Amino acid sequence: MSDQGHGSESFEMRILRQDGPGKRSYWQRHRIAHEPEMNVISVLQRIASQARTVDGEAVAPVAWESNCLEEVCGACTMLINGRTRQACSALVDNLLTDQAGEIELRPMSKFPVIRDLVVDRSRLFRSLTRVKAWIPVDTYQDMGPGPRQAQSAQERMYPLSECMSCGCCVEACPQYTKIELPSRTGEDNAEKTTRENQKFDTAFLGPHAISQAMLFNDNPTGKMTAGPRLDALTAEGGIQICGNAQNCVAVCPKEIPLTTSIARAGRATTFHVLKNFFDR
Amino acid sequence: MAKQRVIVIGGGLAGLSATMELAMRGIDVDLVSLTPVKRSHSVCAQGGINSVNDQTRLLGDNEWKHFDDTVYGGDFLQHQPPVNEMTEWAPRIIDLMDRLGVTFNRTVEGFMDHRRFGGTLFKRTAFAGATTGQQLLYALDEQVRRWEAEGKVTKHEFWEFLAPVIDDDGVCRGCVIQDLVTMQFRALRGDAVVLATGGCGLVFGRSTMSMVCTGGAVSRAFQAGAKYANAEFIQVHPTAIPGADKLRLMSESARGEGGRVWVPRKGQDPRNPNEIPEAERYYFLEERYPEYGNLVPRDIATREIFNVCVYEGLSVEPNRQCVYLDLTHIPAEELDRKLGGILSIYEKFQGVDPRFTPMKIFPAVHYSMGGLWADYERSASGGLEIGSPRNQVTNIPGLYAIGECDYQYHGGNRLGANSLLSCIFSGLIVAPGIENLLKSSDAGSAEDQSESLYEQGIAAERARQDALTKRPAGGGNPYEIHQQLGDVMTKAATVVRHNKDLEAAYQTVSDLTEQAATCSLSDTGNWTNQNLAFTKSLQDMFPLAKTILKGALQRDECRGAHFKPEFAMPGIECEDPAEQRREAEVWCDQFEKKNQRWLKSTVAELDDAGEPQLTYEEVDTSLIPPRPRLYGLVGAEMIEEVWKERATKAEKSAGATSS
Repeated sequence: MSDQGHGSESFEMRILRQDGPGKRSYWQRHRIAHEPEMNVISVLQRIASQARTVDGEAVAPVAWESNCLEEVCGACTMLINGRTRQACSALVDNLLTDQAGEIELRPMSKFPVIRDLVVDRSRLFRSLTRVKAWIPVDTYQDMGPGPRQAQSAQERMYPLSECMSCGCCVEACPQYTKIELPSRTGEDNAEKTTRENQKFDTAFLGPHAISQAMLFNDNPTGKMTAGPRLDALTAEGGIQICGNAQNCVAVCPKEIPLTTSIARAGRATTFHVLKNFFDR
Repeated sequence: MAKQRVIVIGGGLAGLSATMELAMRGIDVDLVSLTPVKRSHSVCAQGGINSVNDQTRLLGDNEWKHFDDTVYGGDFLQHQPPVNEMTEWAPRIIDLMDRLGVTFNRTVEGFMDHRRFGGTLFKRTAFAGATTGQQLLYALDEQVRRWEAEGKVTKHEFWEFLAPVIDDDGVCRGCVIQDLVTMQFRALRGDAVVLATGGCGLVFGRSTMSMVCTGGAVSRAFQAGAKYANAEFIQVHPTAIPGADKLRLMSESARGEGGRVWVPRKGQDPRNPNEIPEAERYYFLEERYPEYGNLVPRDIATREIFNVCVYEGLSVEPNRQCVYLDLTHIPAEELDRKLGGILSIYEKFQGVDPRFTPMKIFPAVHYSMGGLWADYERSASGGLEIGSPRNQVTNIPGLYAIGECDYQYHGGNRLGANSLLSCIFSGLIVAPGIENLLKSSDAGSAEDQSESLYEQGIAAERARQDALTKRPAGGGNPYEIHQQLGDVMTKAATVVRHNKDLEAAYQTVSDLTEQAATCSLSDTGNWTNQNLAFTKSLQDMFPLAKTILKGALQRDECRGAHFKPEFAMPGIECEDPAEQRREAEVWCDQFEKKNQRWLKSTVAELDDAGEPQLTYEEVDTSLIPPRPRLYGLVGAEMIEEVWKERATKAEKSAGATSS
């Protein structure tokens, strides 16, 4: 593929592996034959099929998470050449043009590693519960259509609703730090989840959850229950933790205006706190 | 009384709508999913969701016409009462999704905006940009999260369904699941188990489907005795972006918004497509189907694109089959507003901006019309008896199937933007039926079942796993076997089917079944073992693959997506009116004969040797009499005339008998 400018028929993958939680991580190299239109997923598929290191040693295949492969499900987030992004839309030729000969894969650093590139992102979803990211309708019975909405309102909300909980924003956020609780012997999944949730619930929500709170507060029905969401945003681990580094918006694969959401959330919560004070 | 629970397997649109509706009715739900439910395959649906709406009503549309388009598009292979009920509910379902916060596109006046999809002349499709499936899924995911926060729903994410637990009376009492992180087994007790596990695209290797769409769960139910129907009806989507790992969907909405399909009149014309003048472009769908144009039903668009490339040699590229899908005549800002999501997918994965350069696309396996056989109870008015525990139940009492994994709604071919509808609809209506099942006194409770029933289920799965992990190295490679399976299935059983190819493919698939049974794992560990999970799913693809092939082989006709040129009924070519009429009569005779033989659902059961055995089930077509699908057929007017005369006559004689 000399026309692609990197001039090699194969390339090396440098992958940071880890056999399980709490185990030591280690680097491993695999050599991959170049094919047209490869992305990082198809490279991982090759490794799954023939897992041999550059030294010819047969190893267990690399574990990774993926599903849609069209960058709408958010599953395959990892660090590719140091950048947080989805593996499916990371095209090998582009990566090799930026940095010839080698591609580096690491698991996200803000979540506990389960195995290799698979991490536990349940905290992302827990944040959505904390900000009550839903419309609390009375019933699913037929009540006619929802309120009419201006085109401009739809155009403001739609980009926020494209958030796929991939975790790029929190990976890049300096204020979002890893929480990893080792499993206790004899503990089942439910007990572990309860223990984790207690930790999560006072730690930083993350930009994605702040933006989702604003999405639901923008919705004509969601507006009626804006108060509890604003309470969540001002509770411990809320919006006050944001240090305005603006990394989140820079790495969002869906180009969601996260910092705009955060700024709006800042104003709304200030107003909300003052109102609560004077209404006492 | 013991606490009753329901288990829902799969967290796409169908599984989530069932879960939230069950929870709203006060029923506790265990929700099992291979992925966090927010990452389910429904996110890939792009174009929209169909219903009659206020704007189409003004043009004379109604629920019955939506029903009619759906069964006509499906070549009359669906039982009509469930479809009738679904199209009746469609406007209410859109209203509900609107109330749940889906960011549907709006008109200037603030009403919901709509676009046109294939197989209809009305603009019935509501949409949220070009990520409608994602938006609908998120709204349901949010509702389920709300119920989870209230303690009504327990999620088991990264858990895989391995088998239903069936008691001595043949009733489903729960299931065995496996944690894909720790690999531990667990049996869940449930008073009903609802499978909402989607399609089986991975049987074809690469498709537009997501990595979880292996068909594994459905196959395990099939192997446990559930019937599987209409397997051979696989939708091949006309427009997908070829890729090494996946064939990415390019939504029908690209054509709904005015996209035009063409090839240069000269095959493999090396010029930049933008420099090829209009006169040298062949807009083959518009020329051959003046009424529907680029929006003919999917099976027809697929076949035409396939023909133009494979048989007419007009592919755009010399080494790869593809045609142009052109949006460049539409202003870029309009495209951004209505199709932004899918156009950015094309740009991201192909590195070409489709707003200024025509896209290159080719058909790809997209949807399984067939699925687990499911029952329904017909109401007096020709719809469904809502609240009947029979609705959506498989032949195994207590085991239900909804969404893409049932066979109920799309017949021989699914219309675009009807799948999101059928998924949400079947999810919503399964809940009241199950509620009544739980209330009925004779149902008993899973809590009262003996522990040994569940222990046996786990033991069987553990034995299966041990057999795999303890196998010596040197056997077949599961990933290579999967690729071979995909190749043979794609070649023999997609757009065009020939009996001799299907027979040969069945033999190859049987050989591959043996190889898969003795393949070796490269990871025999007991922690997040993806190699093991994949190999089990691979092995479970074979019963489905065989059923698809056998169904296609035996069905000697053309219907919907199932196309066998040997049994095609070409149009009538002659010019002379009298002769034309005579030929039309013959054509209609043939059509009636064909329907007598083949207007039947294929129903498969696995025998003890694991081979599918097929029977054929009558289709309830009592509401709209079947008629020939005549999109673009030569001589269609005359055939239609003759057919209408016959239909009128039949109606009259039926009236005379009944009076």
